[in-house]
Amino acid sequence: MESAVIVENLTRKFGHFVAVDHISFSIPRGQVFGFLGANGAGKSTTIRMLCGLLKPTSGQAIVAGYDIYHQSEEIKKVIGYMSQKFSLYRDLKVKENLEFFARVYGLDNKKFKSRVAELEEKIGLSGKEELITGKLPVGWRQRLALACAILHQPEIIFLDEPTGGVDPLARRQFWDLIYDLSSEGKTIFVTTHYLDEAEYCQEIKIMHAGRIIAEGSPAQIKKRYFPEKLFELVTAEPLRIYNWLKEQPEIEQISLFGKKLHLLISSDQVKQIQERWNGLGIGRFDLRPIVPTLEDVFIRRLEEAGGEKGK
Amino acid sequence: MSPFRLLTVIKKEFLHIRRDPIYLTLLLILPSFILILYGYALNFDVKHLPLAVVDYDQSQYSRQVVEKVTASEYFDLKYNLKDSREIDPLLNLDLIRLAIVIPVDFSRTILAGRTPEIQIIIDGSNSSSASTGLGYLNAILQQYTIGLNLSFMERAGLSGESLPLENRSRVWYNPELKSSKFLVPGLMAFILMIIIVLATSLSIVREKEKGTMEQLLLSPLRPPELILGKIIPYLILSLIGAHLVLLTGWLLFGVAIKGNYFLLLLILLLFLFCGLSQGLLISAVANSQQVAFMMAGLSTLLPTFVLSGFVFPIQNMPHLIQLVTYIIPARYFLVGLRSIILKGVGIKAFYADVLFLMSYALIMSLISWRRLSQSLSR
Repeated sequence: MESAVIVENLTRKFGHFVAVDHISFSIPRGQVFGFLGANGAGKSTTIRMLCGLLKPTSGQAIVAGYDIYHQSEEIKKVIGYMSQKFSLYRDLKVKENLEFFARVYGLDNKKFKSRVAELEEKIGLSGKEELITGKLPVGWRQRLALACAILHQPEIIFLDEPTGGVDPLARRQFWDLIYDLSSEGKTIFVTTHYLDEAEYCQEIKIMHAGRIIAEGSPAQIKKRYFPEKLFELVTAEPLRIYNWLKEQPEIEQISLFGKKLHLLISSDQVKQIQERWNGLGIGRFDLRPIVPTLEDVFIRRLEEAGGEKGK
Repeated sequence: MSPFRLLTVIKKEFLHIRRDPIYLTLLLILPSFILILYGYALNFDVKHLPLAVVDYDQSQYSRQVVEKVTASEYFDLKYNLKDSREIDPLLNLDLIRLAIVIPVDFSRTILAGRTPEIQIIIDGSNSSSASTGLGYLNAILQQYTIGLNLSFMERAGLSGESLPLENRSRVWYNPELKSSKFLVPGLMAFILMIIIVLATSLSIVREKEKGTMEQLLLSPLRPPELILGKIIPYLILSLIGAHLVLLTGWLLFGVAIKGNYFLLLLILLLFLFCGLSQGLLISAVANSQQVAFMMAGLSTLLPTFVLSGFVFPIQNMPHLIQLVTYIIPARYFLVGLRSIILKGVGIKAFYADVLFLMSYALIMSLISWRRLSQSLSR
C-alpha cells in the first residue's frame, strides 16, 4: 500500500531537551492514525515538523510524496491542519472565516460556494453563517475549524488534540466526522491524550518522552503487550489487597482502578495466589480474566520505559 | 506573490478593523483628539501672569510705570499692596507669579537726574515662564526709560533725533508667536508615529498570540503577501488619520498648509513608512501583545517627544544627544513639515532632510522586512 507519511529517525531537540527522539513510522493512505501520549510526550512537535512549521534537528520525512525539508510549499497545499488551540478569527463571522481560508487556498467563487454548502451540511453549520465565531460553543467552533482545514480537500489531515475541552457528545460527533473523511479516502493523523479516543483509530503509536513505546492497532497492541492474561479483581477493600498482592512474587504487575485491581499473572498461578489469601482467613476475592484497555497498555509500557531508563 | 491572496488578506484586515470600533477610533479619531488635547494644554505662551505691586512712592512716575506694565496682556494686576512683606505669602500660595516694588524715593531720584531702581521679585519655580515674563517686563521698563529720557532731553532743549539705536523687529511665519502654530506640526509627527507603530505591531503580534498565525503559515500564503496585506490597510487608515489631524489643526488652531500639498504628502508617506517598518520590526521580535505594546510605546513616545525637536530645539542639546537625534525619523519629518506648513517653502530648503527620511524609510523597511520574513518562515 502506498504511504501517505513516511518518517525515518526524525529528531527534534530544543537545546539539550530532546522533544522527539529518532522516531520512525509510516502511515498508509486512508488510515486513521493516532498518536497517543501525555502532554509533552512529543506529539505536537512531531506534527509541527511534518506540517513544515518546525525544522527537524535530524532525520527524514516524506509527506504526501514531498520532502519536508525542500518541498514545504507543495506540502502546504495538500494537507489540512487543525490544532487544539482554536486558530480561527473569533471576531469574524462564520461565513467570513470560511471565505477567508477558501480564498487563501485559491478556491474560486463557484468552487467555494459548492464546497461551503457541502461542508455546512456535513458539519452542521448551516444557519450559523452570520454568527460571530467567538460566540459559538466550543464544540461548534472545533467543527468550524475542521471545516476551514478541509475546505481545499487536502489528502492528509493533521489534527492536533482536536477535541481538547470538548464535551463527550460533541467529541463523539467530531469522531463521526473523522470517520466520514476517512471513508472518503483521506488520511487522518490525530494526536490525543484521551485513551478512549485512541480506540477509534486504526493504528496507534504511544509516545513517551519523545520515543514511540508501543505501536499497532488497538487490538494488536493489547495482544502484544499483554501476552499474559490480565485479571480483574473487585473488592471492598482494594487498598489492603493491593498492598498484600504487591508483595507476592507471582504478580508481575498490578494497578489500582478505584475499587478494581488489574493484575498481570499467568493463569496457572491464579489458584496458588487465591489459596494463599484464603489461608489468611480474612475474606475472599475473585479473579476474572479481562481484555486489557489501552490504559493498561499505557501504564505498563510507561513503567517499563521508566525502568529501562533507570537501568 | 499572488495579488488574489494579497487582496484576501487586506479584506480580512479591514473586517477586523470594522468589527472592533476601538481600533478604528484609535486609528482615525484619536490622533485628532490628542491634537485638540495637547494643542490647548501644551501652551508655551506666557500671558496674564498675576502681578502684585507695592508702590511706596505713590507719585505720577510710579503710577506711569504700573500703568505701562499692566497695560500689556502679559501681566494682570491682582494686588496693590502697602507693604513688601505681604509679597511672600502671596508668592507661596501661587496667587501671584511676580511682584514689583517701587521705592519711596523713586520720583525724587528721577527728578534729581539719577538712575532709580525698581525691585522685581519673580517666582522661578517655572523657569521658562519666569524668564519669558522677565523678558517682557524688562522690555516694557526699558521702553518706559527711553520715553522718559526723550522727554527730559526735549525739556532740556535737545531734539529726540539723536536716539542712538532703535530696533524694529518683525516675526515671520508666525507673527503672533503663537506656540500652537509651532506645536501642531510636531504633534502631528508625534501622534502619527505612535499610532502607526502600535497598530502595525499589534495587528501581527495578535495573530501570533492567538495562534492564527500558525494557521496562516500552514496555508499557501507567503510572507510577502501577509506582510503587505497587513501594511496596506494601516497605511491607508493612518493617511486618513493624518489628514484629519491637518483638518483639525486648520479649523481649531488656524494652521493652514502654506506650501505644496503634494510635497507634504510625499514626506508624510516616507514618515509613515518609517513607522510601519518600526512596527514590523517589533512584531518580528515580540511574541505577546503586551510586549509589543511596551516596545512600541518606549520606542516612539519619548524619542519622538524629546529628541525630534518637537518641543526642545536640537541645537541646544549636548553634542552626544544631538547625535542620537539623527536616528529619530520624526526629526527630519518635522523640519519638512514646519517648512511646508508654516513657511510655505519649496523642497530646496529642506532637501537634505527629505533625503535622510527617504534613506531611513528604505533601510528600515528592508531590515524589518527581512527580519519578519525570517521569523515567519522559520
